[in-house]
Amino acid sequence: MEDKKLTKKDLNSMFFRSWFLLGSFNFERMQSIGFCVTLIPAIKRLYSKKEDQREALKRHLEFFNTQPFISAPIMGVTAAMEEQKANGQPIDDATISGVKVGLMGPLAGVGDPIYWGTLRPVLAALGASIALTGSIVGPLLFFLLFNVCRLATKWYGLKYGYEKGTEIVSDMSGNRLRKLTESASILGLFVMGALVSKWTSINVPLVVSKYTGTDGKEVITTVQMILDQLMPGLLPLLLTFLCMKLLKKKVNAIALIFALFAVGIIGYALGVLA
Amino acid sequence: MSTFEIVMVAIVAAICGMGSVLDEGQTHRPLIACTLIGLVLGDVKTGIILGGTLELMALGWMNVGASMAPDAALASIVSTILVIVGHQSIGAGIAVAIPIAAAGQVLTIFVRTITVFFQHLADKYAESSNFKGIELCHFIALLLQGLRVALPAVLVAVAAETGLVTDLLNAIPDVVTRGLQIAGGFIVVVGYAMVINMMSAKYLMPFFFLGFVVAAFTGINLVGFGIVGAVLAVLYIQLNPKYNTKNVAVGEIDEL
Repeated sequence: MEDKKLTKKDLNSMFFRSWFLLGSFNFERMQSIGFCVTLIPAIKRLYSKKEDQREALKRHLEFFNTQPFISAPIMGVTAAMEEQKANGQPIDDATISGVKVGLMGPLAGVGDPIYWGTLRPVLAALGASIALTGSIVGPLLFFLLFNVCRLATKWYGLKYGYEKGTEIVSDMSGNRLRKLTESASILGLFVMGALVSKWTSINVPLVVSKYTGTDGKEVITTVQMILDQLMPGLLPLLLTFLCMKLLKKKVNAIALIFALFAVGIIGYALGVLA
Repeated sequence: MSTFEIVMVAIVAAICGMGSVLDEGQTHRPLIACTLIGLVLGDVKTGIILGGTLELMALGWMNVGASMAPDAALASIVSTILVIVGHQSIGAGIAVAIPIAAAGQVLTIFVRTITVFFQHLADKYAESSNFKGIELCHFIALLLQGLRVALPAVLVAVAAETGLVTDLLNAIPDVVTRGLQIAGGFIVVVGYAMVINMMSAKYLMPFFFLGFVVAAFTGINLVGFGIVGAVLAVLYIQLNPKYNTKNVAVGEIDEL
């Protein structure tokens, strides 16, 4: 009997289906249907008996949740394991579920800081800073760069996962992922520091002193001028730390935004902010 | 607004609504959603500027694990409609965006609870190995997420034209709109704080301060910062002793 094997077409189909992983996200089993739908081409190829198909579908309707781009290697590994199982290898349901669950946590831990913590804020800030001038280049740049990274991650991740099969589990324990996560954090924090300083504006126009200089011109010193001499961007920095502290104390982000809106309105009304 | 425009608003809103649950193509981000609505309504430039402003505010809004971000898609689309069709200022657009994002978040929670129903339907289809049935469950749930944004967007678009919403917004005093605009300049820090907290590694904070100081005293642009940051990351990894355990020299020094 010839070995059952996924075709290139199956993998392509899985790749496209994986774009919709979160489509039916629900609070009970989260990405479960999306994962199952992605695996359907593989299940169809590998199992011809209705009974086997049913078991496979049920297997992949279990709870699943991870960062969506990083899900691709997990899908690849799972497909590889299903392939081995279909060819008579002694792999039981628990092993497949165990690998899925075992990978989704750690990989989300890598994917979240890289994609949501670094790549998106950095590209979005870049795009937004250009967009503020009214140029279409801003949104286009963000959209294209982000999606190129996303598609590359998903395509190579799926192929890598499938080719590596179960090997990937031991590969994860190495230093490589930690290095990647740490590099992303460094880049992200560095750019964040720059953003706090440059793309935030607080202006305190309160006048500290006012006198007529020797040349007859009036010299005005405001609070903001003194602050800028000390350290440009000092107020945004302090405000950022305050927000970090409050968020850690589980203060709702929306509540914080409303509070800052109130600060803006009251500050303007009192003439402290402009 | 012509019927064609309303239909286009509905389509774009549905795409962005689906995008906000998928989190793949980023069509739900203000930068994209506002631009698309601007395009549909014939004022791309306003859409782009509003999108850029809102994007900076929403920088830290992300779906991590089971937690959910405020609804950027609904906020972006409704505020762009109000600014362009309702002839409001960008400041007023920002002002309405935040409460709408909060309301949208509630709607999202609602839809994500409804879709539990499809989860159980899918279980039933699995029993009879009905592939089509499971796929249908998945994509109908996705469609609901699209409608979640499309329906409110169309309602606002129609109301904005009658002047109903505009009158309401015009009644807001100047102190409020101007104050909101000022707040818009520093409200971004909430987003920054969320991102920094997520990285939450105290020993890496020097890199944050380095970025801050370099930005304060130089004129390097964001692309430059990206490159310098990447170089720093590579150097850190290369020089860090914890990644160089094979290095014999470290062991020798310890023994001395």
